[in-house]
Amino acid sequence: MRLEYFQLIDRIVELDLVGRTIKAQAQVPDTSTIFEGHFPGHPLMPGVLLIESMAQTSGWLIIGITGFARMPFLAAVREAKLRTFVAPGQMLSLRASLLHDGSGYAITKAAVDVDGKTVAECEITFRVMAFPDPRFRTSMSEVAQRIGFPVEASANG
Amino acid sequence: MSSTFDTVANIIAETCDIPRDKIKPESHAINDLGIDSLDFLDIAFAIDKAFGIKLPLEQWTQEVNDGKATTEQYFVLDNLCASIDGLVAAKGA
Repeated sequence: MRLEYFQLIDRIVELDLVGRTIKAQAQVPDTSTIFEGHFPGHPLMPGVLLIESMAQTSGWLIIGITGFARMPFLAAVREAKLRTFVAPGQMLSLRASLLHDGSGYAITKAAVDVDGKTVAECEITFRVMAFPDPRFRTSMSEVAQRIGFPVEASANG
Repeated sequence: MSSTFDTVANIIAETCDIPRDKIKPESHAINDLGIDSLDFLDIAFAIDKAFGIKLPLEQWTQEVNDGKATTEQYFVLDNLCASIDGLVAAKGA
């Protein structure tokens, strides 16, 4: 997890373009200035960052489905549930599935598991549009490479 | 069996918390009912699901932005329902 770059996903574990699902992993860092404030003496991964991690996981799924041609932007979060505390150092197993592929938008359902137990879940709406700047796509390609996103499978999918 | 308009009006009423009796066939979703683009995504999702179609929102938006169509053509409910009926018919063809 590169919190300072707001890149929360460490690794894509599985991308299923037929079943329209994705699995990813992310390790909450042991230390971060975030934990100094959230909270003193009781460090917790902020719930909004858990939601963001589900959004990013879903986002990679949508990028895969569009063959890396379009970029999803977070538009709405529904039914977000934060079931238990997530502490520094814990490994997050993230999963998402596509609920609907609309025209210019997409809806996913996503969840975070820790040690086999679901700690967070939500339903997310994205606006999906062409990359607004080629540098943006290039940057996303670099991130994709770093986290093991199967760009080729996505392009052929 | 309810009409396309009844289904769409009920979706709008539930999704946007607009009184059902304020939603008329001649209502413009944006100008009269005050539905914004994010709320319209929810409506589109419900319509897509209810009718088993994919409303071509991107194409409509592009046409409006390019001056090739007016928002009335797509967002007055009568016209929206006609578009839905057309998409449903095309699906069954």
